[in-house]
Amino acid sequence: MSEKSIDQATLKMLSKAKADNVSLAWDRLAAQEPQCGFGQLGVCCRNCNMGPCRVDPFGDGPSEGVCGATADTIVARNLVRAIAAGAASHSDHGRGIASTLYASAKGHAPDYPVKDEVKLKALAKEFGIAVEDRTSQEIALEVAETVLDEFGTRKGSLQFVNRVPLKRKEIWDKLGITPRGIDREVVECMHRTHIGVDNDYVSLILQGMRTALSDGWGGSIVATEISDILFGTPQPIKGSCNLGVLQADQVNIILHGHEPTLSDILVHAARAPELLAAAKEKGASGINVCGMCCTGNEILMRHGVPLAGNFLQQELAIVTGAVEAMVVDIQCIMPSLPQVAACYHTKVISTSPKAKFPGAEHIPFDEHNAMEVAEKIVLAAVENFSNRRPERVNIPSDRMDYMAGFSVEAILSALGGSLDPLLNAIKSGAIKGIVGVVGCNNPKYKHDQSHINFVNELIKNNVLVVATGCAAIACGKYGLLLPEAAKNAGDGLRAVCEALKIPPVLHMGSCVDISRIMTVAAAIANALGVDISDLPLAGAAPEWMSEKAVSIGTYVVSSGIFTILGTVPPVLGSKNVAELLTSGAEGVVGAVFAVEEDPVAAADLAVKHIEKKRLALGLEP
Amino acid sequence: MKEIMVNIERCLSCHSCELACAVAHSSGKTLFSAVSETPKPLKRIFVHSSGTKNVPVSCRHCEEAPCIDACIAGAMHRTADGTVTNEGGSGVCTGCWMCVMVCPYGVIRSRQTARVAVKCDRNCLNREGVPACVQACPTGALQFIEVDEFSIQKRKNFVAVF
Ligand code: SF4
Ligand code: SF4
Ligand code: SF4
Ligand code: SF4
Repeated sequence: MSEKSIDQATLKMLSKAKADNVSLAWDRLAAQEPQCGFGQLGVCCRNCNMGPCRVDPFGDGPSEGVCGATADTIVARNLVRAIAAGAASHSDHGRGIASTLYASAKGHAPDYPVKDEVKLKALAKEFGIAVEDRTSQEIALEVAETVLDEFGTRKGSLQFVNRVPLKRKEIWDKLGITPRGIDREVVECMHRTHIGVDNDYVSLILQGMRTALSDGWGGSIVATEISDILFGTPQPIKGSCNLGVLQADQVNIILHGHEPTLSDILVHAARAPELLAAAKEKGASGINVCGMCCTGNEILMRHGVPLAGNFLQQELAIVTGAVEAMVVDIQCIMPSLPQVAACYHTKVISTSPKAKFPGAEHIPFDEHNAMEVAEKIVLAAVENFSNRRPERVNIPSDRMDYMAGFSVEAILSALGGSLDPLLNAIKSGAIKGIVGVVGCNNPKYKHDQSHINFVNELIKNNVLVVATGCAAIACGKYGLLLPEAAKNAGDGLRAVCEALKIPPVLHMGSCVDISRIMTVAAAIANALGVDISDLPLAGAAPEWMSEKAVSIGTYVVSSGIFTILGTVPPVLGSKNVAELLTSGAEGVVGAVFAVEEDPVAAADLAVKHIEKKRLALGLEP
Repeated sequence: MKEIMVNIERCLSCHSCELACAVAHSSGKTLFSAVSETPKPLKRIFVHSSGTKNVPVSCRHCEEAPCIDACIAGAMHRTADGTVTNEGGSGVCTGCWMCVMVCPYGVIRSRQTARVAVKCDRNCLNREGVPACVQACPTGALQFIEVDEFSIQKRKNFVAVF
């Protein structure tokens, strides 16, 4: 059991699940093993009905598909399709938020007033939209319309591309990978990977890069920026995390998924006096709304809502027997949840028209009467409290405090209003560099171990860590998001953190908020007059599993940042593709991927890379 | 004596057994390292189709093994656990392909560069003693099972649909 996770709460619930006879992701993984080697290598193609085709990686069988597609073509196509799926997911999330802003500005979504006018105006200016003598509603309408146009724009390239240094833009233009419209790139991926279209692996991967860039500098940025406008720009905030945040005597509601649209409102709904009274009537002392995965990150960043855990803990939360409702929207929600919930009293409530879960109750969420739906959901949870079976309840005591909410704006204000203190710390070597640690959990690897060992190693080496997504949640659970964690950092980083009263690991939000990291990276490069690829930066996804992570990794590398993957992507079936990604790309976009399963060795790669970049900038290594 | 027995109706022709066999005979023993090895590791099980059925074929380790009789080099022999192999015998394989010619199932192949015969050698068992191809089969088409155990199963299945 202990090889499944390093997290005590997780281990306790794994034992409980076993005793309760509930099967979890780890059990289902065991049933899948050994996994199909063709799939792991990325050499099987199902893109037409002459197939499925697979290429023998040992050269002992077919070396091409029916149509003549080689391993290079098939691997590249599969990779590009994964990027397209990831970019589509982030972008559709962004579109949803932008549509909410549009509805709000039109007066159709009264529960979503603009919360951050300063940011609205700043964004409007960036888009060249007039702000003088206009109401925020008028500005919001034009911003929403303009942003929604970015999805199918015909104007040549995405607006947010203008945030990157000129040198970077020139690289992208020269390669022909400057993203045009967000939707267009995804569609073109699907077109190019259709039978008989693009079968040159280099050309395919370039389109993959362009699509990933439309995510990183398009859909994801839209999701982040408009969320800030509608829900408030995060500021440092404290809270606590891990399964121990569930309350034995309260109605526990877990909000799981990715979009803040419903969850943000639900946090407010759960504070309604009538609902609290209803909960009391059922014998509960209150209503405890907790987050999970990125929906969790969104609301913890803005409201300090307790966070129940990361991706691999979603089933375990239900196993506590203390969750009245798990409310889900989109992405990273295991289809197993209703099945696990059937062993307890938990209600799984799906809310998005895009994601239905057989066995779950569907309460369609509608932004036009958001509060009403939110109250209905909270009430359903409250009513379910009387079905709780005390003999099935066991909440692990493990919980940890966190400090989160480091939006770009919050980092700037922690630095006293300008990037200079950070730049000076990097120049002096107090901070050697910055590594973005992001991504999911993957049951093929010991839960949270890679995240924590990797991050610990980095901060010891005076590398400032910025984290998002399930990686950030992992850091939270081990106390790394607290300013006190600076004591584990190297002397230089420790001094900086102590002076600014910040943790050595900055929680920058959900997975779409990796756009915040990119914005900071671009701003630093602009401030120094260099390209992003010149900076002492690295990215890492130590336990990634989703297609979104493939898109993220690709836009980070395409933006010039060396990226380390902790779990092997399905590309090894093509030596050419693997080589292009891990070495050839250096001469093209100035960065490459590395794959390193051992977190300590991975940290070493990151530190060495940072030293190399420092030297090139004329700084001491 | 356990043998690799096949439930032919279950084989989906996914070729996982072939891949696992090759990996088990690689020097790194992992899929990801095996794909970049030279020489490429060779599989010793072959999935063919009869038109209506998919049939994984590998050495049956026959009691009366024609390949042992045919081997003039004294390489092909039976080990104490019943495995028929041309490795570690009293003679060294000379690559004369006599065994290839006499094997009725065609499950002996060649490593041309080294001129040695290559066949199922059971050098692939895990800690529980299960061959790699059997472990890899997702449908249970391959079983490593006592022969009589298999026939009992088969009788029972026959009676069940009788
Ligand atoms: S597109 Fe080519 S490789 Fe893919 S399934 Fe069709 S024939 Fe096979
Ligand atoms: S090929 Fe090798 S094993 Fe086969 S008969 Fe000739 S010498 Fe014996
Ligand atoms: S038993 Fe071992 S050597 Fe023989 S075919 Fe199976 S995997 Fe290959
Ligand atoms: S692994 Fe099993 S199902 Fe797949 S080809 Fe081999 S015998 Fe058939």
